[in-house]
Amino acid sequence: MIGASAAAAMAAAAAAAGDAPAGTDKPVMAKVVLNVNGQRRELELDTRTSLLDAAREHLHLTGSKKGCDHGQCGACTMIVDGRRINACLTLAVMHQGSEITTIEGLGGPDDLHPMQAAFVAHDGYQCGYCTPGQICSGVAVLAEIKAGIPSHVTADLNAPMQVTDAEIRERMSGNICRCGAYSNIVEAMTEVAGRQA
Amino acid sequence: MKFDQPAGQNPIDQLKVVGKATDRIDGKYKTTGTAAYAYERHDVVANQAYGYVLGAGIARGRIGAMHVDEAKAAPGVLAVVTTLETPRLERGKMNTAYLFGGDRVQHYHQAVAVVVAETFEQARAAAFLVRVDYLPEDGKYDLAAEASAAKPVPADSQEGSGGAGEERVGDFEGAFAEAPVTLDETYSTADESHAMMEPHATIAAWDGDKVTLWTSNQMIAWGHGSLAKILGVPKENVRLDAPFVGGGFGGKLFVRADAVLAALGAKAAGRPVKVALTRPLIANNTTHRPATIQRVRIGATKDGTITAIAHESTSGNLPDGSPETAVNQTRMLYAGANRLTAMKLAQLDLPEGNAMRAPGEAPGLMVLEVAMDEMAEKLGMDPVEFRLRNDTQVDPNKPDRRFSHRDLVGCLNLGSKKFGWAKRNPTPGRVRDGQWLVGVGMASAYRDNMSLKSGARVRLDGRGMVTVETDMTDVGTGSYTIIAQTAAEMMGLPLDNVVVRLGDSDFPVSSGSGGQFGANSSTSGVYAACVKLREAVAQRLGINSADAVFADGEVRSGNRAVPLGEAAAEGDLTAEDAIEFGDLSKQYQLSTFGAHFVEVGVDVHTAEIRVRRMLAVCAAGRILNPKSARNQVIGGMTMGTGAALMEELAVDTKRGFFANHDLAGYEVPVHADIPHQEVIFLDEVDPISSPMKAKGVGELGICGVGAAVANAVYNATGIRVRDYPITLDKLLDRMPEAA
Repeated sequence: MIGASAAAAMAAAAAAAGDAPAGTDKPVMAKVVLNVNGQRRELELDTRTSLLDAAREHLHLTGSKKGCDHGQCGACTMIVDGRRINACLTLAVMHQGSEITTIEGLGGPDDLHPMQAAFVAHDGYQCGYCTPGQICSGVAVLAEIKAGIPSHVTADLNAPMQVTDAEIRERMSGNICRCGAYSNIVEAMTEVAGRQA
Repeated sequence: MKFDQPAGQNPIDQLKVVGKATDRIDGKYKTTGTAAYAYERHDVVANQAYGYVLGAGIARGRIGAMHVDEAKAAPGVLAVVTTLETPRLERGKMNTAYLFGGDRVQHYHQAVAVVVAETFEQARAAAFLVRVDYLPEDGKYDLAAEASAAKPVPADSQEGSGGAGEERVGDFEGAFAEAPVTLDETYSTADESHAMMEPHATIAAWDGDKVTLWTSNQMIAWGHGSLAKILGVPKENVRLDAPFVGGGFGGKLFVRADAVLAALGAKAAGRPVKVALTRPLIANNTTHRPATIQRVRIGATKDGTITAIAHESTSGNLPDGSPETAVNQTRMLYAGANRLTAMKLAQLDLPEGNAMRAPGEAPGLMVLEVAMDEMAEKLGMDPVEFRLRNDTQVDPNKPDRRFSHRDLVGCLNLGSKKFGWAKRNPTPGRVRDGQWLVGVGMASAYRDNMSLKSGARVRLDGRGMVTVETDMTDVGTGSYTIIAQTAAEMMGLPLDNVVVRLGDSDFPVSSGSGGQFGANSSTSGVYAACVKLREAVAQRLGINSADAVFADGEVRSGNRAVPLGEAAAEGDLTAEDAIEFGDLSKQYQLSTFGAHFVEVGVDVHTAEIRVRRMLAVCAAGRILNPKSARNQVIGGMTMGTGAALMEELAVDTKRGFFANHDLAGYEVPVHADIPHQEVIFLDEVDPISSPMKAKGVGELGICGVGAAVANAVYNATGIRVRDYPITLDKLLDRMPEAA
């Protein structure tokens, strides 16, 4: 609940402390090098820039979506140094030298990644806004299972990990699809997992 | 083309392309992140600045002063536009709350300023430097407290499916008093948020006195007219473009503050400006589905024949607002000689209540179909049997008016069989699977089928490609694909030879997307335009259009076969038309039907509810693309599960706002909440509906499903919750012994 009153209070507190009000300082800029989809990208960014906004607004890689900017919806999911993260919850300057894969790095319209193709075949989307995040998460989830990383629903930590519907649903639950294509997404991921096996 | 007679045989009936489960033609863009939504259109205009919207911090009152000097002096700031310096702007035709301008605050998070800066970070930081002096006033925020003062809704509520404020048939009170078996219960449903994944967003750019808005909106023509009115410019000076819309569910039917403030911000900054509403603004700044308090009374003979049925609903809204028409389906769904439906509207100072997916029917069936379950139990009847007993083939209010096509019975019977309903234990709380109490529930689904005039332009070029242009939107519904299928079928082309362009106000006005009218209306408009194009092709080739056969990329007549593209060898052929629906929908009742079956498990220790199985059987005319239609239905089932189990905007009745205004506090179903879902479409056509013989299906899935979930929870536990959503705190102190 950030509102004008909270901002006013913060500004007043800053003023009382003898500082300039928060936000009136010149932006602090920093150079950052990101390796995005196999390409080295050098940026000079306001340090407040999230990794998501660096991609969307500075690199014009708009495939990663901003659904909430709070890490609550998963639409911004990227694969960073081998792990999926919410790109809205991390600052770009924290990723100096990181290897970043966005949806654009998985495949393009005429060169679909198997997960992208499976989403099309199983109609694993409707409006499409959560879709890049679902697909990046989906690719990462199958890798996590393959790597033996357990989840909340993994019953036996000693047994070989299986790609079950329950595992997929649990691990994908950070990616909201308000259109409600979940049932189809699970089918798409299951098909890809089968093909990978 | 006027549609005022039932459709005869037409080229769509070939079903070479239409009716086939088809991958979306826009799928490769959506799955690769190359479908560009409003905020992402870097390419459409250079030099875009960033606007950040500030919402009001009180629910009701006035603004005494706004202090913007610090914000204006902040780095990168280009302009600050405040509501105080802006005269109160006209509302769009469909808006209840004012969007901007003036000193009056009507609801919490009403937009009070937009700060425009070079970067998003600068605009956001500067927005928090704006200080607002509020003069708060008391308001009414508690529906339960205001319900007794609610006023009857006048004759036509003008909302959702429309419908009379009060309607009576026969003598309800007399028949109810005499009925040997009766039910009289009161229920409540919560305020709900559309919570579409793409926030409302717009890029606005002025060129002299003309403005273009790249935006996210379900209804381009409504938005076009509304923005002209709000901005006070002639309609021809406004253009909207929304080729991809990241979900709407009714939340983007109307112009909202993002579009208005992008336009005002761009004017003030002298530069194109992009604005997205932040997620916390969406619950309180935009619209929501209003909460309801509903009373249902049913009287029946001992054999389960309904003799009296009444459904009354009270909801609240801002002044000039409309009610949630939760009683509508009860006018049409079941037989019964004596009937009463009535709505009351309380004045509240919460944000604007307005249409959300299946307005009326979604919360109405949530209640009616639980009441039917309760009544079946009182009668000692199977709930499916009780519904079958009270089917009607005519409008119960006007018995000489038939349904165009109604197969609720078919849905109930097939669903019952496929789901294994016969194995249900009718005594609640008796089925156990480990830690789970298991129950099954069912409900009827019903949603009116509406149609709106819809236009399209089709152009054939020398390569035999057909391009369709219409301002129709694809909000995830699959419009691109069904429109392409329609044009391909009509012109005898493969799908790959059709290009579809949507969402631009320069294109012919369509139905837009809402009220599950979009698919049937917009494809019928494309049908009409293609009929004209076929005539133009035949004329150009010197063929009698009545003889012409359009197939396999050729036009054939007698022994002659010409590649379709040859008709455009000397220049493109263009045709434009619109479908206009006559009064068949007055002569007949056009509706869609279904049956939901749900199995849940309720944790015997914690009362956690897990949905285990879901099946919907739908009867909705011809299904144009079974793949995307199925997706629409499972999406509705998912959202309806949310309404039954978790979705509730929590009202702070003291300060007057929805407290849980983000996606962590406002819970929607996630992957783990939803099992595999089955959908079966009955194979049917409805020639009274349109030349496509299709009906709406986009909202049918949400209708009734919540009640099926609630009925399953009752069957599992024996606990009847009448205040939705059914969160586990409402079960916990009444759970059966775990033993």
